[in-house]
Amino acid sequence: MTGQPLIRLENVDKHYGALHVLQDINLEIPQGQVVVLLGPSGSGKSTLCRTINRLESIDSGTIYFDGTPIPAEGKQLAHLRSEVGMVFQSFNLFAHKTILENVMLGPQKVLKEKKSDVEPRARLLLERVGVQAQADKYPSQLSGGQQQRVAIARALAMEPKAMLFDEPTSALDPEMVGEVLDVMTSLARDGMTMIVVTHEMGFARHAADRVIFMADGQIIEDAEPDQFFTNPGTDRAKDFLSRILTH
Amino acid sequence: MDVLLDESNRQAYLSGFTWILLLTLVSAVFSLVLGVILAAMRVSPIPVLRWAGSMWVQLFRNTPLTLIIFFCYFGLFSTLGFKVSNNITVNNFWLGVVGLSVYTAAFVCEAIRAGINSVPAGQAEAARAIGLTFSQSLTMIVLPQAIRTTIAPLGSTLIALCKNTTIVGTIGVIEASTVMKDLINSNGDAVIEVFIMFAGTFAVVLIPTGYLFNWMSRRWAVKT
Ligand SMILES: Nc1ncnc2c1ncn2[C@@H]1O[C@H](COP(=O)(O)OP(=O)(O)OP(=O)(O)O)[C@@H](O)[C@H]1O
Ligand SMILES: [Mg+2]
Repeated sequence: MTGQPLIRLENVDKHYGALHVLQDINLEIPQGQVVVLLGPSGSGKSTLCRTINRLESIDSGTIYFDGTPIPAEGKQLAHLRSEVGMVFQSFNLFAHKTILENVMLGPQKVLKEKKSDVEPRARLLLERVGVQAQADKYPSQLSGGQQQRVAIARALAMEPKAMLFDEPTSALDPEMVGEVLDVMTSLARDGMTMIVVTHEMGFARHAADRVIFMADGQIIEDAEPDQFFTNPGTDRAKDFLSRILTH
Repeated sequence: MDVLLDESNRQAYLSGFTWILLLTLVSAVFSLVLGVILAAMRVSPIPVLRWAGSMWVQLFRNTPLTLIIFFCYFGLFSTLGFKVSNNITVNNFWLGVVGLSVYTAAFVCEAIRAGINSVPAGQAEAARAIGLTFSQSLTMIVLPQAIRTTIAPLGSTLIALCKNTTIVGTIGVIEASTVMKDLINSNGDAVIEVFIMFAGTFAVVLIPTGYLFNWMSRRWAVKT
């Protein structure tokens, strides 16, 4: 174990008007840990996830990434974002760019790498997620599962230190969920630090190191997956599990 | 078409439409540049820029163009001494360009902003998430996709601009509508002919322009 956690949230609070979405959140995530964020709808999972690359601002508290508080704006913020990959529920591939261009854009424009250096890496990443044959197509020509795998490759092309996933399989047809989870599982095995909001309990059980359960803007359980699923400590979590596992 | 058989009338006709063409082209360039800047201001994360952009649009979109052109002449030129040329016609031309551009830019801005709003928010979010700055995300991700929905309204704005250039006749540029009025005054027996000739010239140019812009917007639509 190295000294400092890769991600640390300290007394983080956030409101949407009168709604207190994040209530005094304290959380440390060491390098290489895979954290699954669970909780009922509206509990603040997405918001928490999005504060870490500052797609959402916070009202008070501090978020540290790799030892330094995350910057509020400008070049430093852009730099932080390049170190934290993000995968969205709705893929959000750049619609007017080909698959290969989607993956190459960040390294070229943000990291200022040469096209000739980026392209082999981008093609390798597309191969890793199994869509190398689609490199020259546009996003709308791909299935949802393929698009989401490209989105993962696009994030990986930045060589991030951590990855955020906000319900990456929720918009997919059931038969495509597995192919995306496979990619995520292999990332987890390779030691990527990951925060994953998901309703896929199989992934939470088998790929996660830690489960965090949120309700009403608070973290109310923080446990190893085994313990969380077999012996949850709160009634809220028991209730949540009974509802989600009966489906 | 006897009126046009007269050599000096033909010269007047040509020179009138040359002014229209010049006013349109030069103002189109300025209002496009200005309109893009205003649209960028209106979607920027900086509140004071958003406010300034929106003030511009509200101010110029809701003021009659004739008033703006008069202001350019009496305010900018007569009172403030704005002068780019000693040739009075050339100076009036530029005063007209200023008025047309600040006015048309408000419409260009709104067309572009509507286009930007038609691009799903997730596109800009994904751009920010990989570390692109606001201006990179705007120019590389959002605007290229906004063009698709912007091109047809921009075509309408260009057509409106072309017709609006005739207002510059009121501050002493002898453009087509002024020439037409003069020809009607001196050829009372050919009013209909003269009118059809001038209106027809606008129609012959502007109708295909409209089709061209619609065609372009359809062409760009297949890209994604
Ligand atoms: N931009 C916003 N403005 C106002 N309220 C918001 C905004 N975004 C989210 N909220 C509210 O904040 C609360 C937490 O939202 P959040 O998206 O973080 O929940 P979640 O746990 O991700 O839920 P879900 O499982 O439905 O995705 C919700 O009540 C939501 O309605
Ligand atoms: Mg959510």
